[in-house]
Amino acid sequence: MKILVCVKQILDPEIPPRDFQVDPQCLEAVRGSASLVTNIFCENALEMALQLREQCGGEITAISFGSNSAEDSLRKALALKVDAACLVLNDLTPHPASSVVARVLAAGIRKLGEFDLILVGRESGDWGAGQTGGLLAEELHFPAVSFVDGISVEGDSITLQRQTDSGIETVTAKTPLLATITNNDQNVPRIPKTRDIMKSGRKPMTTWSLADLGLSANDLVGTTEIVDLYIPEKQTNCEYIDGDTINDKIDAFAKRIEDVIRTL
Amino acid sequence: MINIVSCLLPLFEFDRATEGLLGESQRLAKALGGSHVVVIAGHAEDSKVSAVAEYADRLIVAEHSDLTSYQPELCLSVLRSVCASLQPHAILLGSDTYSQELTPRLAHRLGGCSAGDIQSLAVVQDSIHATRPAYGGKAVAVLDMKTSPAVVWVRDRSMEVAVAGEPAKIERLQVEAENINTTKIVDRRSEESSGQRLEDASIIVSGGRGLDGPDSFEDLRQLAVTMGAEVGASRAACDSGWITHSHQVGQTGKKVAPQLYLAVAISGASQHMMGVSDAKIIAAINTDPDAPIFKHCQFGIVEDYKQIIGPLQEKLASSLS
Ligand SMILES: Cc1cc2nc3c(=O)[nH]c(=O)nc-3n(C[C@H](O)[C@H](O)[C@H](O)COP(=O)(O)OP(=O)(O)OC[C@H]3O[C@@H](n4cnc5c(N)ncnc54)[C@H](O)[C@@H]3O)c2cc1C
Ligand SMILES: Nc1ncnc2c1ncn2[C@@H]1O[C@H](COP(=O)(O)O)[C@@H](O)[C@H]1O
Repeated sequence: MKILVCVKQILDPEIPPRDFQVDPQCLEAVRGSASLVTNIFCENALEMALQLREQCGGEITAISFGSNSAEDSLRKALALKVDAACLVLNDLTPHPASSVVARVLAAGIRKLGEFDLILVGRESGDWGAGQTGGLLAEELHFPAVSFVDGISVEGDSITLQRQTDSGIETVTAKTPLLATITNNDQNVPRIPKTRDIMKSGRKPMTTWSLADLGLSANDLVGTTEIVDLYIPEKQTNCEYIDGDTINDKIDAFAKRIEDVIRTL
Repeated sequence: MINIVSCLLPLFEFDRATEGLLGESQRLAKALGGSHVVVIAGHAEDSKVSAVAEYADRLIVAEHSDLTSYQPELCLSVLRSVCASLQPHAILLGSDTYSQELTPRLAHRLGGCSAGDIQSLAVVQDSIHATRPAYGGKAVAVLDMKTSPAVVWVRDRSMEVAVAGEPAKIERLQVEAENINTTKIVDRRSEESSGQRLEDASIIVSGGRGLDGPDSFEDLRQLAVTMGAEVGASRAACDSGWITHSHQVGQTGKKVAPQLYLAVAISGASQHMMGVSDAKIIAAINTDPDAPIFKHCQFGIVEDYKQIIGPLQEKLASSLS
């Protein structure tokens, strides 16, 4: 089984709102002192790829489209012992539209060879677009299944488990296939060993420019464009329920809740 | 002819979500001086089809013998086929998981553009602008949808409902679409506890990582029963395995719109609050007075939940009975 995992590096999504600012000129977040991390759902996808390789053998390739710093995310994947890593350097805008990302990834994937299974995150923790997986599937003419949190393989048939609004679905499929991955308690990313982290620095990495992929300027024009980005104003004044004893507080709190319920 | 299409998937419900979706399409059609075409993919109950007709200028039921329930590849090719002939400016889908997965693929097949979790759509000098959260709810982004059709899934439950009018004629169309068997949903298991869907609940009691484990969720459940509420959870609580992911509220969980949302031992991270932005009143129990959740609350109590929820339940049980 040849597995490809799409890995995106993002601004740490867990920075507190008080440290969060946007640059009104570039229409993106100000990095400040925040770190860059691998998108969590990409890590879940990597974990699933590693588990699949343990079960049925095969090879894992990780690909990322990003600036030089995205190499860190790929090194981390190498430390987890993926077989190959490929960085497509982005010399365009810092946050290309999903349509461009999908086109670039598709071109990179074609150049890398054929894959049975492509795993992408359900969405990224920065822009949260949730579009890349579906668009990439279409670029490559792959069928796709979203919100997957379990995969088992037998020959060329795949059984997937996925999360939907009302519960769990089982989906059967054949390779080639693209799946977007969500998290559960089975795909919690493993921690690489220190020794493997050291070694990962010396492993080979394929680096391509956009020109190497033979993409024209036209290919790199997005179908959507961000025209505004701002921090929403929030205006709620919390009334902290007070009282002389805890019992008084609970009484007052219960009263407030009761008042709301009675209006329903 | 300017067409704005609402897509309803097999076995859709005529609920608040559908009403919001139809409402947003109706308003967009009006802003563009076009018509609102509703496309129902696959099998639907007659009563629901007639209910929808009152909100449409045209109503197409796209039938296919194999589309008795949702299957991704088939539904996609049926929708592509019907939408291609309508040459719509925009196609709106709901916020359910199926619509979310179809959105980018349908856009790509029609040569258009896509986006999700849209809170509002506006027409700015003939182009469609879509507003959505970014950076886990810490920011709001506006996208210019540059190619036609703009295919979006919208926050249906928070959108104003549609206005009824003269019912549209029901056009039934047998769609020629290859039934691509590359994927097949073979089993659906509901995780929903008895009672209402979280998305439709008017009261929700939600628990976070500050709870003591799965047993505390039992106590929350009892409180919820007393209040007539459903139980929600933060991602941290779900990830800990204390409750299933179908209860998760937030960016990557459910988007809820209750009249009252009681957050117990939840810090109020922006990703969690993204799921609660349509709640009318938010209240919290948290030991930390500086927890971000209090910035979203109308009222709150700074205490250990263990001291609160037992007595609170007893008091409410007697006062509400
Ligand atoms: C891409 C992405 C998507 C995400 N999607 C979601 C999502 O959909 N939903 C979601 O919820 N999160 C989501 N998150 C995670 C989110 O960022 C937070 O990590 C998460 O919401 C924290 O959950 P919590 O508030 O339960 O836990 P914590 O942040 O650990 O907060 C626990 C709270 O409990 C309080 N507490 C502790 N003990 C007590 C006590 N005895 N009594 C009362 N209070 C107490 C503490 O003061 C604290 O405020 C996402 C993150 C990313 C990066
Ligand atoms: N620049 C990128 N490089 C590699 N993979 C990406 C990139 N952007 C998006 N992806 C993949 O697509 C998923 C969803 O991203 P998005 O559609 O941006 O929310 C991510 O989790 C990645 O797996």
